[in-house]
Amino acid sequence: MARLNINGKIHNIDVEPDTPLLWAIREQIGLTGTKYGCGVAACGACTVHVDGVPTRSCSLPVSSFTEKQKIVTIEGLSKTVTHPIQQAWLELDVPQCGYCQSGQIMAAAALLVKHPEPTDAQINEEMSNICRCGTYNRIRAGVKLAAKNAKAKKSNTKAQRA
Amino acid sequence: MTIAQKLSRRGFLAGAAAATGGLSIGFHIPTAEAAVGDTPEINAWVVVKPNNTVVVRVARVEMGQGTLTGLAQLVAEELDADWSKVTTEYPTPGQNVARKRIWGDFQTAGSRGIRGSEDYVRKGGAAARIMLMQAAANQLKVPVAELTTSKSVITHKASGRSLRYGQVALAAAKLEAPKDVKIKDPKDWTIAGKPLPRLDTKMKLDGSQIYSIDYKMPGMLNAAIKETPVPGGKVKSFDAAKAEKMRGVKKVLVIDGNAVVVVADTWYRAKTALDAVNIIWDEGANASVSTASIKAMLTEGLDAKQAFVGNKKGDVETAIAGATKKVEAVYRFPYQHHMTMEPMNATAQWTPEKCMVWTSTQNAEAALATVVPASGLPIEKCDVIRMNLGGGFGRRSSSHDYVRQAVLVAKEMPGTPVKLIWSREQDVTHGTYHPTTMCKLTGALDDKGNVVGLHMRISGQSILAGLRPEALVEGRDPGTFQGLNAQGPEGQFGYDIPNLLVDHAMRNPPFRPGFWRGVNNNQNAIYLECFIDEMAHAAGQDPLEFRRKMMKNYPKHLAVLNTVAEKAGWGKPTAPGVFRGISQHMGYGSYVAAVAEVSVSDKGALKIHRIVAATDCGHVVNPQQVAAQIEGSFAYGLSALLYGEMTVKNGRMEQENFDTYEVMKMAEMPPVESYPVPSGGFWGGVGEPTIFVAAPAVLNAIFAATGKRLRDVPLKNLDLRKA
Ligand code: FES
Ligand code: FES
Repeated sequence: MARLNINGKIHNIDVEPDTPLLWAIREQIGLTGTKYGCGVAACGACTVHVDGVPTRSCSLPVSSFTEKQKIVTIEGLSKTVTHPIQQAWLELDVPQCGYCQSGQIMAAAALLVKHPEPTDAQINEEMSNICRCGTYNRIRAGVKLAAKNAKAKKSNTKAQRA
Repeated sequence: MTIAQKLSRRGFLAGAAAATGGLSIGFHIPTAEAAVGDTPEINAWVVVKPNNTVVVRVARVEMGQGTLTGLAQLVAEELDADWSKVTTEYPTPGQNVARKRIWGDFQTAGSRGIRGSEDYVRKGGAAARIMLMQAAANQLKVPVAELTTSKSVITHKASGRSLRYGQVALAAAKLEAPKDVKIKDPKDWTIAGKPLPRLDTKMKLDGSQIYSIDYKMPGMLNAAIKETPVPGGKVKSFDAAKAEKMRGVKKVLVIDGNAVVVVADTWYRAKTALDAVNIIWDEGANASVSTASIKAMLTEGLDAKQAFVGNKKGDVETAIAGATKKVEAVYRFPYQHHMTMEPMNATAQWTPEKCMVWTSTQNAEAALATVVPASGLPIEKCDVIRMNLGGGFGRRSSSHDYVRQAVLVAKEMPGTPVKLIWSREQDVTHGTYHPTTMCKLTGALDDKGNVVGLHMRISGQSILAGLRPEALVEGRDPGTFQGLNAQGPEGQFGYDIPNLLVDHAMRNPPFRPGFWRGVNNNQNAIYLECFIDEMAHAAGQDPLEFRRKMMKNYPKHLAVLNTVAEKAGWGKPTAPGVFRGISQHMGYGSYVAAVAEVSVSDKGALKIHRIVAATDCGHVVNPQQVAAQIEGSFAYGLSALLYGEMTVKNGRMEQENFDTYEVMKMAEMPPVESYPVPSGGFWGGVGEPTIFVAAPAVLNAIFAATGKRLRDVPLKNLDLRKA
C-alpha cells in the first residue's frame, strides 16, 4: 500500500512497495502523460515534480514517498495549458513527436523556478532530458521565451500595483 | 485513435475479399462511387461536417515530422477551406483494402510523406471543391462559373448570396466526381507554403495525447517479453514456477519458439515476473559473432573479386594506374540503433471472428499484412488502428515484429485485449539496425590536381537482403548506392569524374538491418564527402573550389553548396581556433549542403559552434516545419557521429539502454541556421536529407582543425587531439 499526493489529491494505491513511482502513476492512477523511456533514470521522459524538484519517477519506488510530498505530473502543471513554459512551447511549436515533451516541460518549468532568467550554461546543465526528434534548439528558445514572458508579466503586475 | 475508431465502417466488408492482394499501386483521383449513402464524405480525402468543419483524411502517418499538418495544408489549399476549422483523421488499412486502396500507399518512410502523395491529395482537395461548388450552383440555380470560394464559403457575387461548405456537403457528396481537375500553381498558395502552426501541438503539452503505449481498453492485460539475445536462437527451456506465483501474473508462455512472455494485470508486474523466469537459451549458430568478426567479414569484401555495380563510367582501373597521384582510404560505419523515445508496443484483441490491433506504425498496411498470418484469420476480419507514434525514424516501418508478437499472445487469450510493451532493454537488443558497412576509396589525380578516376568499393550489409530479399534485383540491393547513382531522385552523384566505379560487395552479418533515418545516404555521404576533402587536400586545393570544378553539370547540387558557402562566409576568417568543413549530397529528391564550424581543444574536446545548412526540396509546404526537420536531422545525424555504435560480443548486442547507448543532448546541440532554397518544379523530402551532410561537414572541419582524418566513427572512441 502507498499513499501518494498527486496533483493535489491523495491516492491510496495497492502496489508492491518497490513499484517505481512512474508505473504507479501510469498504471494505478491512470495518468499516462508521464512517459516510460528507459526505466534507468537516463532519459528524463518520466520527469515529475516532487515538492517542486524535477525527479525521474522511473527510478524511485513508491515506498520512498509519503503523502506529505507533493507530486505534480504534466497533467497537474496547469489547468488549461497556461503555464509559461506550455505557452512558449505552443508559440514556438516545440514538439515533434511529443513523446519526450512531458518530461522536457516539467524539467523546464522547474528550471524557471530555480533560474528565472537562465543562461545558456544553466539551460545546458538543467535540461539533460533526451529528445530523439532533436527539438533541443526550440526547447532552448522556448525556455528563454517563457522566461522573458514571465518577467514582462511580473513587471506589468508590479507597475499596476505601484 | 479515437478519430480512426469513429471513422465510419461503411463499406468495410463489401469488396474486402476482392482486394485481398491490396498492393496494386494504380491510383487516381478518388471517385464518388466509393462513398455510399447519406454522408458528408465528399471524396476519400475530404469530409465536410454540417458545422463547416473540414476533416482531411491522412493516409501517411504523423510521427513528429509534421506530415499531418503539411498534407492537410495541401488539401485545404485546393479546397479553399477555412484553415481554422480543419481537422484530420486516419483511415485504417482495412478500410483501404475494402475500398480498393483508394487512399493509396500508407507507407511513411523515405521522406515520402508529402512528395509521394502531394499530387493525388491536392487533386482530391480540388475535386471536392468543384463538387461543393456544383452543389451550390444547383441549389442557387446559377452557373458554376459565377461562383467563387474562400474560407469554406461559396459566394454568388451578383446576387450577394453565399453558402457555407457545410450546407451543401451532403448534396455535393452525391455528385459524380469531376474527371479532370486543375490544381493551383504554388505561387498562388495562401495556406500551403506558409509557416502555419502545427495542428497537433496542444495535446503534446499537457499529457493528453495518447500514444500507442498509453492505450487502454476495459479488461486489458499487459505483457512483457524477452526474446533470444542471439539472432536465430531459441528458448531451450524455462522455469516459471516463481513467476507464476507472483502477484497479478496470468500466464507465462513461449511464442515463435524464441521468446518468453509474461502476461499480468499491469505491465510492471509482468516485467518483474519475467525477470524472475529462468530462461535457458539454445543460442544457435551465431553465438560467436563479434564486432571484430563482422569487421573481418567486411574487410575481406573490400578487395573481393565479385561485386554489384552501382555506377560506372569510363575505365577506372586504367585511370588509377596512370594517375600522377593516387589517394586511398578505408572508412567504416558501425551499427546504429533507432532509439525511438517510445519503445515498441502494440495492443491486440483476438477472437475467432476478428483480430484488432492498436499500434504506432509507419506503415499500417504492412502492419495489417503482419496481423493476417499471425492471427490465422482472413484479411477482412483483421484491422489495425493507428495510434500516435513516439518516434519512428524507420524502425516502425522496417519490421512489425512487435505487432506479430502481440497478436500471438492475444490469440492465446481469446477475447482479452493484451498490450505488449517492449522494455527498453528488449527494444535496444532487438532493433532493426542501421546496417554496418565499410568503404575503400581510391582516387586518381592528374598533374593539375584534377580527379580523373574514383573507385568506391562498399562492403557490407544490405537492408533488403535482411528484410525483403524478394525485392533484391538479381541479388543486388539498389538502395546500397543511395546518393551515388548516375541519376534519379534517390540520390544522384553530383560530380563529373571521367572514370568512376561504385560497387558493392554484399556481406550480411546475422543482425537484422533496418531503414534508419537517412538510410544508406548516411555512410555514403561520409565516405564520398570526406574523401573528396582528402583528395582536395592531396591536390593542395580549397575543398570548396575543388568541388565546384566538378559540379558544372549539377546546378542544383552546386546551388545549395554555394548557398552554405556564402551564408557561412567560406574563405573569410573565423574566430580564433574555429575551423570550417563543408559537404553536399543529394537524396530523397532533395539537394542539401552544410558548413560546420568546430573547435578542438588541446585535450581533444570537440565543440560544434555552428551549422549552416541549405536544402532545395523543390516546393516547401510549411517553412517552419522544414526548419524543424532540418534541426532534428542534425541532432539525429550528429548523435550518430558522436556516440552511435552498437557493438557485438558473443552473438549479442552489448548496449541495452540509454545509459550505454548514449545520444546527443541539449548541451552538445549546435545552433543550426537553415536556409530552404526551393527552386520549384519538383518535390523533394525534408525529414531526412540534411542528416546526410551533418557528419561529413563536421568530420571535414575536424580535419581542418587537427589535421586528423577520422575514418572509423563514432568520435567517442577516438582521440581528437591535434596530429
Ligand atoms: S524513463 Fe525515467 S529517466 Fe527514462
Ligand atoms: S519530440 Fe520526439 S522525442 Fe522529443
